Amino acid sequence: MADFPSYTSTGQKAWHYGFRVICGAIFFFLVAPIVVIIPLSFNATMFFTFTPEMLRLDPAGYSLRHYRDFLESPEWQRALRNSIQIAPVATLLAVTFGTLAAIGLSQRHVPFKRAIMAVMISPMIVPLIISATGMFFFYSKIGLQGTYWGIVLAHAVLGVPFVIITVTATLVGFDNSLTRASASLGAGPVRTFFKVQMPLILPGVISGGLFAFITSFDEVVIVMFVGSAQQQTLPWRMFTGLREQISPTILAVATILVVLSILLLTVLELLRRRSERIRGVTPA
Amino acid sequence: MADQTVPLHTVPHPGRSATEERAAPDGPMLAADGRPLKASLARALRRQKLSAFLLTAPLLAFLLVAFVIPIGDMLLRSVDNRIVPETLPRTTQMLGHWDARAGDLPPEPVFEALYVDLQEAADARMHTRLGSRLNYDLPGISSVFRGAPRALQAMDPDQPLREQFIDANRAWGEMQTWQTIRALSGHYTAGYFLSAADMRPAADGGVELVPERQRIYAQLFLRTLVLSLTITALTLILGYPIAYLIASQPLRTANLLLILVLLPFWTSLLVRTSSWKVLLQQQGVVNDLLVWIGIVSDANRLVMMNNWIGTVVAMTHILLPFMILPLFSVMKTIPPTYVRAAKSLGANDWTAFWRVYFPQSIPGIGAGAVLVFILAIGYYITPALVGGTDGIFISNRIAFHISTSLNWGLAAALGAILLVAVLVIFWVYDRMVGIDNVKLG
Amino acid sequence: MKLSRVLAGAASVFALTAGMTTGDELPPCENCADTMVAVSWGGAYQRSQQMAYTIPYAEMTGVDVVWDESSAEAVALLRAQSEAGNITWDVVDVTGADSIRLCDDGLAMPVDHDELLAEAPDGTPPTEDFGETIVSECFIPQIVFSTTFGYRHDLLDEEPDSVCDVFDLERFPGRRALEARPIGNMEWALICDGVDIDEVYDVLETDEGVERALDKLGTIKSEVIWWQAGAETPQLLADGEVVMGSTYNGRLFAAIEEEDQPISMLWEWQMFDLDGWIIPEDLPEDRLNRVKHFLHFATDTQRLADQARWISYGPARESSQPLVGEHAELGIEMAEHMPTHPDNAERTFLFNYEWWADYRDDIDARFQSWLLR
Repeated sequence: MADFPSYTSTGQKAWHYGFRVICGAIFFFLVAPIVVIIPLSFNATMFFTFTPEMLRLDPAGYSLRHYRDFLESPEWQRALRNSIQIAPVATLLAVTFGTLAAIGLSQRHVPFKRAIMAVMISPMIVPLIISATGMFFFYSKIGLQGTYWGIVLAHAVLGVPFVIITVTATLVGFDNSLTRASASLGAGPVRTFFKVQMPLILPGVISGGLFAFITSFDEVVIVMFVGSAQQQTLPWRMFTGLREQISPTILAVATILVVLSILLLTVLELLRRRSERIRGVTPA
Repeated sequence: MADQTVPLHTVPHPGRSATEERAAPDGPMLAADGRPLKASLARALRRQKLSAFLLTAPLLAFLLVAFVIPIGDMLLRSVDNRIVPETLPRTTQMLGHWDARAGDLPPEPVFEALYVDLQEAADARMHTRLGSRLNYDLPGISSVFRGAPRALQAMDPDQPLREQFIDANRAWGEMQTWQTIRALSGHYTAGYFLSAADMRPAADGGVELVPERQRIYAQLFLRTLVLSLTITALTLILGYPIAYLIASQPLRTANLLLILVLLPFWTSLLVRTSSWKVLLQQQGVVNDLLVWIGIVSDANRLVMMNNWIGTVVAMTHILLPFMILPLFSVMKTIPPTYVRAAKSLGANDWTAFWRVYFPQSIPGIGAGAVLVFILAIGYYITPALVGGTDGIFISNRIAFHISTSLNWGLAAALGAILLVAVLVIFWVYDRMVGIDNVKLG
Repeated sequence: MKLSRVLAGAASVFALTAGMTTGDELPPCENCADTMVAVSWGGAYQRSQQMAYTIPYAEMTGVDVVWDESSAEAVALLRAQSEAGNITWDVVDVTGADSIRLCDDGLAMPVDHDELLAEAPDGTPPTEDFGETIVSECFIPQIVFSTTFGYRHDLLDEEPDSVCDVFDLERFPGRRALEARPIGNMEWALICDGVDIDEVYDVLETDEGVERALDKLGTIKSEVIWWQAGAETPQLLADGEVVMGSTYNGRLFAAIEEEDQPISMLWEWQMFDLDGWIIPEDLPEDRLNRVKHFLHFATDTQRLADQARWISYGPARESSQPLVGEHAELGIEMAEHMPTHPDNAERTFLFNYEWWADYRDDIDARFQSWLLR
């Protein structure tokens, strides 16, 4: 119950609650589609509907068979393995290049700063189909099409803008006198970087890395053009499955991915709090 | 890093600099190491620029090779026409001397050149590819080229070839065939861009629209635009109240609500598309629910998928967080005191919101709308899975030309147009918001 | 007609051998790669190939076979691979029409069938045994299949008995699934618009004929979901998204017999088509040797007959026909599920490869722009 001042009119009260109902409905629209697949993935049948048994909460209506399918199918396992092998390496590349560049860009005198920034953000802006076809033709020419490294490079490109954005954001509040202090106390540039700068921008680097990771882990357009059968990833497999042979196994995979994103989200939230604490930005 | 120590050199030592400055009252101001301060500052600036360059160079080089060049290379295909002059080198050269306006077919030497060129093309098995290329501009010609090797075998190169070619296929006796080959003799062509604009070269040398029944791209671009705008508008309508609510809550509640927004943001695109597929199909959850409530009858279940409705609903859901987040980040900076001041001055709730709060939230609307629109206009996966034929975007058409029709030049031309559109919006976005102000959650 | 003999042969099946003959002696493979990338269509069809060909082959040779489900985009991908000089595929399953196109464009390798393939058990040379299913010098035939219609017998008031019922929205309301390409659809449209089967291609050669076919398709366009992969129709039927739809007969068989869906087959005016292997041009020697070794094994009389135990497609070899038996898992007689069974093949037509190779570019463009309007 909201605590209204005595002069609040009935209309205002009605609006107060009406507004919350509307917002509740929108939140429902946001979250329900993601949540609805979770119970469906425990469906004991091959269909996508809530069976009467499920609605009665009868244990017989539920089963782990779709998870078993996922774990036992060599195709899904290969896809999982590929995803796990591609995303971290692509992330590492994006984070390394991206962090260095973000530090470079954060200096006071950078010629063509805007243009450079625009180029570095552009992989996020250029429609994926254009990047994908461009890479498809060019990587074919240089022998990268259909290879593991082709996909890793392509995914690193996609991850770069996220790293640039998040690291630049943490560098905005960075106090340059800290590095000067470190230098005046005798630390070399490398030592200064790892002991002073890095711990402070680390939350930005990690959250940029998480974005890059999830981008690679979730990417399907580029992988379909640049990759070949041997590199089929989870999203690719899901795409084919959705188009051709929808089985609730896809929902089991989807549920696993939702859990994964909840985990990542938690990590990110903890990082944000830590970053605020370190930088002394205390929440009001 | 090295650059961080640079400014130290330019900080004059308190004791020494004073004397040095005094020692040279009319000369240039000197830095700690005795050099002129101006030069020293310039040197420091150069070093700073250099270090900035060295730090950004690896990424720039990487992006250049892995991203910029591939896209440029692909876009070149939109004007690349080498297949014609390279497969028919002699013929195209001879045709350069032929005056098409005189109304006569090319002379015998052109046919002799064609004979040799086609023979070589057939040996390299290039003749059908050339036929497919010419077919874009001259429908029906591809079968002529397909049959060429057989036709050549039947010919006697010692007899006049012109008649033999025309006997083999009357297409060789038509002016249009030769005009087209002549028009396509160059290494570059604007033909693909014309096709992408539903146009073709006209007989009089100008350009004309293709017959109405074959015009599709203008309509497709328009549809991409209209659906993207619809999706942008819907995300704004749904996102604004949410952002407003979160911004007006105490921090703890706001953080909790933000997580509800971030969860879909972090969830795989394919997961979200699959759930919409499950929800929207005729035997799906939404229809089941509607039937159960009694809004629709079992026989008249709604068709919400494999058409534009599916695309709009699923993409609105997928892109909603991209609207809410920028809106929220602007709204949380709007001081609540302004609205209170307006109210204390007699404004009612609506006036206070519309005249005071809303104008301050416009930058957020701009940022969110442009972001959603840019992302929407290039979408591929979701329309491909739930869009049917009237819910697909220009991206899907590009993919079709790449993988099915094999008209790569046209795909590149469509891609170039889409890319230019996106870059223009990106540029506007940069002017409005600044790309360095993009925030992620 | 040799082809019709093969087709008829597939119908008169005698369940002689049910078991797969294992323990065959394979000739040694010299200078052969130990992995092989095979490209196919995915789904039940690819599984039948794995069961009949690659799993036994891998057991005998230890070769690692990697599958790519890209046959639908085979021509595009092979062209890109060849342009780049980097062929990543070793053996590709394509339709007869695609094989002609790949062969024309120099993307598939012409083969000497008698040298490459195994003789029939009675010594009949392969060219004779495969007969007219060898539609191009690059094509190594595998199966005869048909594109035909399936319908949800539980959702329709009456059962359709002709392909022309697809065009009848009044008697058979509901959505339909058709393939998003002209082949098949144009022929059906003309047949149902009253064109005699023998004149279909003559009519289609003219502008008016194309318009006529498109107009006929236009009468149901608002109710059509256009599919790109053969597995979509069974899924759409199972979900109740459509009440009838065209697809490959084997996909429908799998949905009806293996997954027990309330779907029935509509055989009238089914379109016969062929599917087989091609070898990409310019393979390195060791990989080429491996593929040749594999194909010699995988297209012999027994192996082709084995495939029919997993999917209802007729083997392309005449000598395989008598060996087709019961379904390997369901134990049902496969004969009556073959597209070529007399009961199913009363009215059929054969995909006209040469005609489509000549006119495909034009009609494709017209059809696609019509589709988007």
